[in-house]
Amino acid sequence: MTAADIHPAILAAWRIEQPRLITSLSRMLRDVTLAEELTQDALVAALEHWPLTGIPEKPGAWLMATAKRRALDHLRRARMLARKHQMVALELEAEQQTMPDPDAALDDDIGDEMLRLIFTACHPLLSREARVALALRMICGLTTEEIARAFLVSDATISQRVVRAKRTLSESGLAYETPSGSELSERLAAVLEVVYLIFNEGYIAARGEHWLRPQLCQEALRIGRVLTSIAAHEPEAHGLLALMELNASRTAARTDTSGEPVLLLNQNRALWDQLQIRRGMQALGRARELGGSGGFYALQAAIIACHAQARTAGETDWPLISGLYSELSDLVRSPVIELNRAVAVGMAEGPAAALAIVNRLVDEPALKAYHLLGSVRGDLLCKLGRYDEARAAFEAAAELAANKREQELLRRRAAEAADAATASS
Amino acid sequence: MRFMYIVTSPQPQVGPTPGLLEAMHKLADREIKAGRMLDNGGLMPLQTGAQVRIRDGKLSVIDGPFVEVKEVVGGYAIFELRDKEEALAMAREFMQLHLEHLPDWEGTCEVRAFAGP
Repeated sequence: MTAADIHPAILAAWRIEQPRLITSLSRMLRDVTLAEELTQDALVAALEHWPLTGIPEKPGAWLMATAKRRALDHLRRARMLARKHQMVALELEAEQQTMPDPDAALDDDIGDEMLRLIFTACHPLLSREARVALALRMICGLTTEEIARAFLVSDATISQRVVRAKRTLSESGLAYETPSGSELSERLAAVLEVVYLIFNEGYIAARGEHWLRPQLCQEALRIGRVLTSIAAHEPEAHGLLALMELNASRTAARTDTSGEPVLLLNQNRALWDQLQIRRGMQALGRARELGGSGGFYALQAAIIACHAQARTAGETDWPLISGLYSELSDLVRSPVIELNRAVAVGMAEGPAAALAIVNRLVDEPALKAYHLLGSVRGDLLCKLGRYDEARAAFEAAAELAANKREQELLRRRAAEAADAATASS
Repeated sequence: MRFMYIVTSPQPQVGPTPGLLEAMHKLADREIKAGRMLDNGGLMPLQTGAQVRIRDGKLSVIDGPFVEVKEVVGGYAIFELRDKEEALAMAREFMQLHLEHLPDWEGTCEVRAFAGP
């Protein structure tokens, strides 16, 4: 194997160990940003050594020993002014000198430490963008280059974001601990928001030429699964996982062979991933058992679950969906949710009732640049036979859409409406 | 990417020792908590199962004994991982546990990506 061949294998071995490396070092150092750097250093060490020695039998143990040695060096270099640190270092040294138990690496339960790490990386003190970048780096072990590629920005942008975020964390003197009581739910909301942002960035691919960037969806799903196992009593963690699993279950059906988007109701349901739907329904069930059926994410998951459980588009329970949207709209006053409710009302009660809701939204400042308003309005106008108005709505929407595929879809619909207008005049 | 791991070994099966079971349990627990393992399961011995086979254009049900079967599937797992390299690293770790806890055991862990996106 050449060095170039072995690099991906080394990165893979490091990634599998990365959550345990960073949590162990965080526990030792009480400093996540330093822990993250030393975790990266362990990867660099492996990249230097393994091409010469081959991959060790227990790559995880090698990486852990290397990372802990670096942390220990660091603690020594820090001169251990505080007596507490001396004690820690002595204990660690004693630990290093005892014979390593082959399974010791598997013994540590990293749950609590991982939760602390997630809460720190997603601290509300940091901007959303910074939280997203830190979460992908610290929790998922993505490199700066990978994050930059996923978000279609330059490496420099991401590395600056990460450096600045780490500095903010270091300078803030934050207590490195899991929040409790009322602070917990507030902080958890900040975490869930980051996870959902990452998921949607991949799922909706707001910019660029591709409809989907599946890797980001996978990363968000992974953090979501981690959260449901380490914060198992939090209903909204399960609600968010349910929402993501159920949405992701449609991935294969969302584009056709030429990469064109296929709208939900036109999708081939045989392509929906049943394993993922099952996992999503389980997570939703768990959220409900925990009393969270009215939560922001659980409600959205319940809506998607209605689609996931309908064998054909015609069997969709639109009155139920429309009711769930009303509940969601009461919970969060948002014109975007109201627009979605309009779509459900349109399906349950007909286009006229839906258009009445949409027309109330036309002057909403928050929707001025939102292409889906025009798209929904155009669709309803088409159904009501008002083709000229529909064409104008689709054309305006196409101007606002940032995704190239979406623009093309809207232009096509405008052209269809124009044809219908000609045919009916 | 989604991967299936299929573990096969020659008959007669050597049952896992308590040590191996514990180590595999820990690994599974870690992987569930890391959000990577989606599903897994061990299978009852083939002797308690059956095969429905098509040969020479004819369908037949074989309910044992399975004398001619060389390798049997003992278990499976489904993982969501970034790439084949990660899938291989995981399989190595899993098989390394067998090497340590069941030195006489022989078997194969097949790593297969799911078809599709």
